Amino acid sequence: MDNSQNIIARSATTTTPPQVRSHVDEVAKLIDVSKCIGCKACQVACMEWNDLRDDVGECHGTYDNPTDLTANSWTVMRFSEYESQEGNLEWLIRKDGCMHCAEPGCLKACPAPGAIVQYANGIVDFDSNHCIGCGYCITGCPFDIPRISPKDQKSYKCTLCSDRVNAGMEPACVKTCPTNCIEFGTKTDMLARAEKRVGDLKALGFRDAGIYDPAGVGGTHVMYVLHHANDPNRYSGLPKDPRISPLVGAWKGATKPIMSAIIGITAFAGVIHYMTKGPKEEPEERTEHGQEDVPPPHSLGYDATRPRGEDR
Amino acid sequence: MKMPRDRLIRYSPLDRANHWTMAMVFVLLALSGLAFFHPAFFFLSHTLGGPVWARILHPFLGVVLVLLFYAMAVRHVRRNLLGENDIQWARQIGDVLDNRDDKLPPIGKYNPGQKLVYWSLVVSIALLLLSGVIMWRPWFAGYFPIPLIRFASLLHAVSAFVAIVTIVVHVYAAIWVKGSIRSMTRGWVTRAWARHHHGLWAREQEEAQRREQQP
Repeated sequence: MDNSQNIIARSATTTTPPQVRSHVDEVAKLIDVSKCIGCKACQVACMEWNDLRDDVGECHGTYDNPTDLTANSWTVMRFSEYESQEGNLEWLIRKDGCMHCAEPGCLKACPAPGAIVQYANGIVDFDSNHCIGCGYCITGCPFDIPRISPKDQKSYKCTLCSDRVNAGMEPACVKTCPTNCIEFGTKTDMLARAEKRVGDLKALGFRDAGIYDPAGVGGTHVMYVLHHANDPNRYSGLPKDPRISPLVGAWKGATKPIMSAIIGITAFAGVIHYMTKGPKEEPEERTEHGQEDVPPPHSLGYDATRPRGEDR
Repeated sequence: MKMPRDRLIRYSPLDRANHWTMAMVFVLLALSGLAFFHPAFFFLSHTLGGPVWARILHPFLGVVLVLLFYAMAVRHVRRNLLGENDIQWARQIGDVLDNRDDKLPPIGKYNPGQKLVYWSLVVSIALLLLSGVIMWRPWFAGYFPIPLIRFASLLHAVSAFVAIVTIVVHVYAAIWVKGSIRSMTRGWVTRAWARHHHGLWAREQEEAQRREQQP
């Protein structure tokens, strides 16, 4: 994490984070799936810039390599072969990685103050130094992106090259992409460009072409242009309507203040009860030591032989 | 050990040792758990040596609590089933709270409030174990689908809330009812205490003693 003064959201923090430059433009990465050739240069550039070394895996008989995101592979190309109803085969390639949601589920779920921050430009960044390794970010993410390293038990994911962006550069994957499938700029500019591409695709016959900027998470700062925006699931399970799960919402939303308050009120009620009603004590028994151990009738609590209200 | 005549044994040394071990473990679990639950309680993670250590140790302590608790619970099931006069006692909860004890019917070793604490913990600790294993990183969470982990996380928070409120009530009741803390630290209660608070149990114990004394 680079800029500690442009933070608009900070995990497990109930006060306003430092955001003196909250007026900065939102940025976005636009991935035009229709232009991707699956060369994996973006994966290499990501490893190179971020200086990551993943273990050498195994070939699973597909082009997916590595087959999944890991703590050391922050972006992977996912290849899917889709057969359309007309019998045409489509090879759909999607660069997967953090979507940098405007409403990040990871940040909502994270219990460690400052381990996840959202900058004013929209980038969601992990400050792994504050990470405690609980994995709540994985539980909160609607896209299944964060990965915990088995080495240090810290969570990692794409930073959208926040260090480069902060210095006025584009992310490494954008810089290296040979087909300009990945572009970077302000979110407004990227949306305009995406609109144009969608128009082009429609002209080419892709009637369902569209922009993937899901509203359920407040929009994302990584967007796709899809030829089949009506069915994002085709692209290796890209969710159609991602949102923070209502279970996560309940867990990290309403229950927190309500349950905390009830615990406090219960303890306080105890104090008030004791002060108003006093302790519960048994009456003293008047048996003398050494005598037969039969209790006098008045010590048995309720005494049916005694007329009510006698001593009052 | 020979007890003075005016005393009755209520908790064995093993019961007491187990109770106070559980008490310490529960407090550590509750404090570290609250730290992950709400930012306002995050500082409590230092009770287990900082947030990362709290994350590492919390589940292991949970397993310790589960073992101690159910070892205790199985031995006390019978005493915590609905007993004579329990419903009448519960109906008169207003008299209980107002300390109008002379109006209450005599009850067994545990009153309905204590039984409620027992069953509340039997259920909530079981749910905490189940949901806790599903959330447990790095060991088990990876074997479960993320939607299930989400459900488990919510369930864990709600069950922990039930358990904590239950324990707050339990602790207050111990402070409120004089003589009960001594019964759990020293093991005995006075006959007068037993007759007053647990009349049926006192009668049962005294009859048992009488039978023992007769050759």
